[in-house]
Amino acid sequence: MMNLDSKVPKGNLSEKWTNHKFNMKLVNPANKRKYDVIVVGTGLAGAGAAATLGELGYKVKAFTYHDSSRRAHSIAAQGGINAAKDYQNDGDSVYRLFYDTIKGGDFRSREANTFRLAEVSNNIIDQCVAQGVPFAREYGGTLANRSFGGAQVSRTFYARGETGQQLLLGAYSSLNRQIKLGNVEMYHRREMLDLVIVDGKAKGITVRNLITGEVESYAAQAVVLATGGYSNVFFLSTSAMMSNATAAWRAHKKGAAFANPCFTQIHPTCLPQHGEGQSKLVLMSESLRNDGRIWVPNIVGEKRPVNEIPESDRDYYLERRYPSFGNLAPRDISSRSAKYACDEGKGVNGGRSVYLDFADAIKRIGEPAVREKYGNLFEMYENITAENPYKVPMQIYPAPHYTMGGLWVDYNLMSSIPGLFVAGEANFSDHGANRLGASALMQGLADGYFVIPYTVGNYFGSEKPEKVDVKGTEFNAAKESVNESSNKLLSINGKQTVDDIHRKLGDLLIDKVGMSRDEAGLKEVITKISDLRDEFWNDVKVVGKSEDINLNLERAGRVADFLELGELMAVDALNRDESCGAHFREEHQTSEGEAIRNDDEFAYVAAWEFEKAGKWKLHKENLEFESVELATRSYK
Amino acid sequence: MKETKINLTLKVWRQESAKSKGNFEEFKVAVSPHSSILEMFDELNNRLELEGKIPIAFESDCREGICGTCGLVINGHPHGEKKKTATCQMHMRSFKEGETIYIEPFRAKAFPILRDLMVDRSGLDKIQQAGGYASFNTGSAPDANAILISKETASLALDAAECIGCGACVAACKNSSAMLFVSAKVSQFALLPQGQPERYERVQNMVIAHDESGFGSCTNTYACEAECPKGISISNIARMNRDYFVSNLKLQNV
Repeated sequence: MMNLDSKVPKGNLSEKWTNHKFNMKLVNPANKRKYDVIVVGTGLAGAGAAATLGELGYKVKAFTYHDSSRRAHSIAAQGGINAAKDYQNDGDSVYRLFYDTIKGGDFRSREANTFRLAEVSNNIIDQCVAQGVPFAREYGGTLANRSFGGAQVSRTFYARGETGQQLLLGAYSSLNRQIKLGNVEMYHRREMLDLVIVDGKAKGITVRNLITGEVESYAAQAVVLATGGYSNVFFLSTSAMMSNATAAWRAHKKGAAFANPCFTQIHPTCLPQHGEGQSKLVLMSESLRNDGRIWVPNIVGEKRPVNEIPESDRDYYLERRYPSFGNLAPRDISSRSAKYACDEGKGVNGGRSVYLDFADAIKRIGEPAVREKYGNLFEMYENITAENPYKVPMQIYPAPHYTMGGLWVDYNLMSSIPGLFVAGEANFSDHGANRLGASALMQGLADGYFVIPYTVGNYFGSEKPEKVDVKGTEFNAAKESVNESSNKLLSINGKQTVDDIHRKLGDLLIDKVGMSRDEAGLKEVITKISDLRDEFWNDVKVVGKSEDINLNLERAGRVADFLELGELMAVDALNRDESCGAHFREEHQTSEGEAIRNDDEFAYVAAWEFEKAGKWKLHKENLEFESVELATRSYK
Repeated sequence: MKETKINLTLKVWRQESAKSKGNFEEFKVAVSPHSSILEMFDELNNRLELEGKIPIAFESDCREGICGTCGLVINGHPHGEKKKTATCQMHMRSFKEGETIYIEPFRAKAFPILRDLMVDRSGLDKIQQAGGYASFNTGSAPDANAILISKETASLALDAAECIGCGACVAACKNSSAMLFVSAKVSQFALLPQGQPERYERVQNMVIAHDESGFGSCTNTYACEAECPKGISISNIARMNRDYFVSNLKLQNV
């Protein structure tokens, strides 16, 4: 029987974390070195956790499938990181950051977790500055801030358009220090392929060495997964090429509940697809929407070149429908509106893109001012598309970008398997049904630096540091099943490549489990994904051998998992018969097309227990709101 | 939308392992001018897999020029001829119909070839582990605004900190020196107040680790700066050399 106790501490919202930290069990400094912790993934959450656990004196083994721990996809985050410092004296506070985040998530996250996130946000900035992260500064030497979507205060800290890179390199530097001190053992080019459970507790992992192909076992008294999100289930997304759900999914199949899988964020300002050969989509900072005007031609089948389409034949659809927020409407609304316009055939050249036009801004403030604000983004756009956005409007289209869903965790970030912790984008905990900008970096580092190190210690407080035998039955069984699955993939020898099938899955998902969903479509896609999974296991072609470098085999394993996860996303979307945040059900909207949430029936976390591929059992964790009142989001 | 494709001949370095002998293999491809060079490889690999052949091994991840995973030598230039771009940001429209393109891995003694275009750059991590940090434990930091840093200093430090650790500087250098890479991190900390307590120890340790990892000496040819996808300036090397000199004096108690 699955236990979904959220373990939220009693007491006032603002005192929960402080009291909880005081009540936690401690491990004597001399005993800490007797405990081994495995950390999988070295992005912000993983590197932060591994470094901090090492500093505390635990013996850490950190794993990444990259050649270096600095390459995790946290590095690509552009915009910034939120914190409630109130350095701008504009009325910010921990409570306001908490409220903005929980409202932005359309009241589908756990109140206590979201509050803690806001609470530790300030420590993160202090920590990063101490590490030497070169944040943007004012002339007087203090830290600079900028504004971001979904907030009315200026609380975002940044380092040019490379905030993720600088924060990750900060965490990487702390990790390197612990590696040198011998507290962290770093394992590169290892992909986690199974979780090992001994006597009901997570005690180790099975990995494939991506250079030798050898399957290896590692044991510890606790395992932390910080393996990122699953946007690549859509094939085309802004995630890095290797980003995948395999580690989390294999843990799910071993008993960890998967929560709210249908909460996936589709970001409005990405570059459109250039053609069939596209492998990945590129995001442009949403700050562009501050001055760019979004429009489509009014006439279906418009053939005139863009500069010859008169004002009267243009539809500035966001300004028309949301006069007060206009082009700055939230991510989910902007994305959905672009989809509808293109569905109607009003996309640029009848295709799937809309204009983001700076002509008015250039007229109003002049080209130099536009260049100063957005120069690097315009350059990036021109480099990719070979079109000059100062002369011709940009073309944009939404793309899968972030996944709010993930492995279910309690307040301690422990999954439904004792000893298995989940941090960062890989867990479901803080963003509800929609994430605000500049909050992903905040959550990764909050979990890694300030939550996991405490809660893992608390877990050890009641766990004996007994050594686990990596040659034990459970480890051998896991190894065998990994080998078996590799051999199976290599022996099918069908007629479609891994990418061929992955693309098909992506097309199904973006169409039916993307920006808008409905009952008929979801039912249809569940069957289709199940059929596609059969197709994969009967007709895929994977070349090479397993005892070797084999990038084809790596991708095959990941896509096999996506084919199961994709179905669960649809199952979850079908179950959630309401519209909230990024999850928009066509059946639940006002006559003006606004989402209708159903708090009476759906104010819960949907946590799915794996029974077999295509069959899950639903568990509900009711969301209780003690301090905030549930309100309807309005951006009119 | 029907698009015209460009026809190209590729000469791609194939090598099964570090120990085996490599050679160029020729491929004919027709590719969209809008594709990136790595998307061209994705398409080519898909074709090879379908034919039951082993795809070309190359590495990439973010495809936005920031993770530093990709790195090919294209017609003799690490990351291609275009300035300040990583391999993943190179688009096929910069090639002409019928052109032949030579594609090789980053070549350096300290970067053994693993397979085809994949190399082992773990030496770079070893250098960072030797001292690329400020020794602060989590939780011990003062309020962020307690440390004032001028806008100019922060900006200079960020210029250096933008290094993506791809190793193009090493591949570009005739001595396979990684000094641009080392100096970028040394400079970032030398410029910032947080880096001062360990400033001279850091430069010593990182330079020693550089030499021990098999990278060569810097002879100021500036090739690294010319090929760096992030435009890291060689003035960082000058700054590092100055600190290294001072650190030697300090070691001798001069």
